[in-house]
Amino acid sequence: MTVNGKTYEHEVEPRLLLVYYLREVLGLTGTNVGCDTTSCGACTVLLNGESVKSCTVLAVQADGADITTIEGLAGPDGKLHPIQEAFREHHALQCGYCTPGMVMAVTSLLRENPHPSEDQVRFGLEGNLCRCTGYHNIVKAVLAAAAAGAGSAPIGAGTAGAVPTGGAVAGGGAR
Amino acid sequence: MIPAAFDYTRAGSAEEAVSLLSQHGDEAKLLAGGHSLLPLMKLRLATPALLVDVGRLGELSYVRDEGDHIAIGALTRHHDLVHSDLLRQQVPILSHTAGLVGDPQVRHRGTIGGSLAHGDPASDLPAVVLALGGTLVARGPRGERTIPATEFFRGFLETALAPDELLTEIRVPKAGGGWSYQKFNRRAFDWAIVGVAAVADGGGRAAVSLVNMGPTPLRATAVEEALAGGASVAEAASHAADGLDPPSDLNASPEYRRHLATVLVRRALEEAGTR
Repeated sequence: MTVNGKTYEHEVEPRLLLVYYLREVLGLTGTNVGCDTTSCGACTVLLNGESVKSCTVLAVQADGADITTIEGLAGPDGKLHPIQEAFREHHALQCGYCTPGMVMAVTSLLRENPHPSEDQVRFGLEGNLCRCTGYHNIVKAVLAAAAAGAGSAPIGAGTAGAVPTGGAVAGGGAR
Repeated sequence: MIPAAFDYTRAGSAEEAVSLLSQHGDEAKLLAGGHSLLPLMKLRLATPALLVDVGRLGELSYVRDEGDHIAIGALTRHHDLVHSDLLRQQVPILSHTAGLVGDPQVRHRGTIGGSLAHGDPASDLPAVVLALGGTLVARGPRGERTIPATEFFRGFLETALAPDELLTEIRVPKAGGGWSYQKFNRRAFDWAIVGVAAVADGGGRAAVSLVNMGPTPLRATAVEEALAGGASVAEAASHAADGLDPPSDLNASPEYRRHLATVLVRRALEEAGTR
C-alpha cells in the first residue's frame, strides 16, 4: 500500500481495519478514531483520491491502494495545503478532534466539485460531525479554500517522511 | 470495535466467487464495499468464517443502455450511479436517490448490489428498485437466473438469493415520467425513519413503495389501487399504511410511522405528478 507517497508492505490479519493499520502499524496518528461506527467521519482518509471512512475499510481491502492521510497533505517544506491554510485562517476548528477527517473530506469534495455553493458544502460534509458544532467557520473555510483554487492544488509531497508533524499541520493536534 | 477473526480471499472473477461460495456454503459471505457487512461484523452480529472479496471485479461495475431497460452491474458504487449521465437521463429517480444514501464517504464505497443483497428495509435503493419494477440477475453454480424485485425481498435482511449465489446485475425499465423520492430522517446521514418512492405512469397511476414500514421494502398496494380506481392524491395517500405493521424504535413509534407514511406518500405523489 502507498501511504502519503511512501510504499509499505506488511502482513496483517484480515480483520485489521485500515484506521488501525495507519495509526498502530504505521504510527500515523493524525487520523482519529471517533465513533467507530461509520457515522462521525473523524477517520476520513483518501483512498485512491476519494474520501472514505477508514474505520469501515479493512486494511486488506486497501491492498495496493494509494492512501492519503492528514500527514500527507502539506508540502515537503511544511507549507500548508490551501485547505489547511483556510481552516487556520477562518478558525475552522475548536477542539480539533474532527479536523483531520473534516480536512480530508473537504479535499475530496473540492476535487469533485471545485466551486461548490454553500448548500453543496454543507451537504458534502454530511458525513462529518463536529461535536463543538463549529460548522459555520468550517463552511466559511471551505468556501474560501474553493475560491483560492484548492480543488486543483497538489496534494502533499509524495514523501510522507519529509512532512513535518505537530503544530505546523492544521488538524494534526488532538492525538 | 474489532470484528471476530475470519479468513479472507479475493475473487478474481464472478465464476471464482460463485465457486468459493459453493465450496464454503453459508460460512462464507461476499464482501463488496463492506458498508453494511463490516458494521455488522464489528458488532459481532455477523461472524462469517470466510470473506470473499468481490470489490475489485470491475466487470460488474457498469451502467448500460439495453434498449427497453438500463442494466446496472451489481458492483456499481452509489457515487457512480449519481454521476452516470445515462442513469440521470433514463432513470432519474435511481440516480437521485443514490445521492441520498449515507454520506459521500459511504457512497464512495457502497454498491447497489450490496445494498439490495443486504435486504435492509430501511435502505433507500431497494424501495426504488421495487417501485421501478426492476429485475435482479443472480449467478450460481447452476447458472444464471432472474428474480423480479417483487419476489426478491423475503424478510428482515433476507432475500431470495441462495448462499451460493452472487447478485450480478440490476435491470430497471427506463422511467422518464414523473417521480419522487421522499426521505425523512433527523440526522443528515441517517437511514430513513420512513421513505417513499413514487414512479408515475403519466395516466394517473403510480407505483409507490415504502421504506422502513415493515420487515422488507414494501409496495403500497392500497395506494396504487386507490389511484387506479380514480381516487385523488390525498385520498390515495390516506391508505399508505393500510394493513402494515411498521417497526418501533428510538426514532419513532408505529403510530408515528403510519402517520408519516400518509404525509410522505401525499408529498411524493404531488411531486411525481408535477415533475
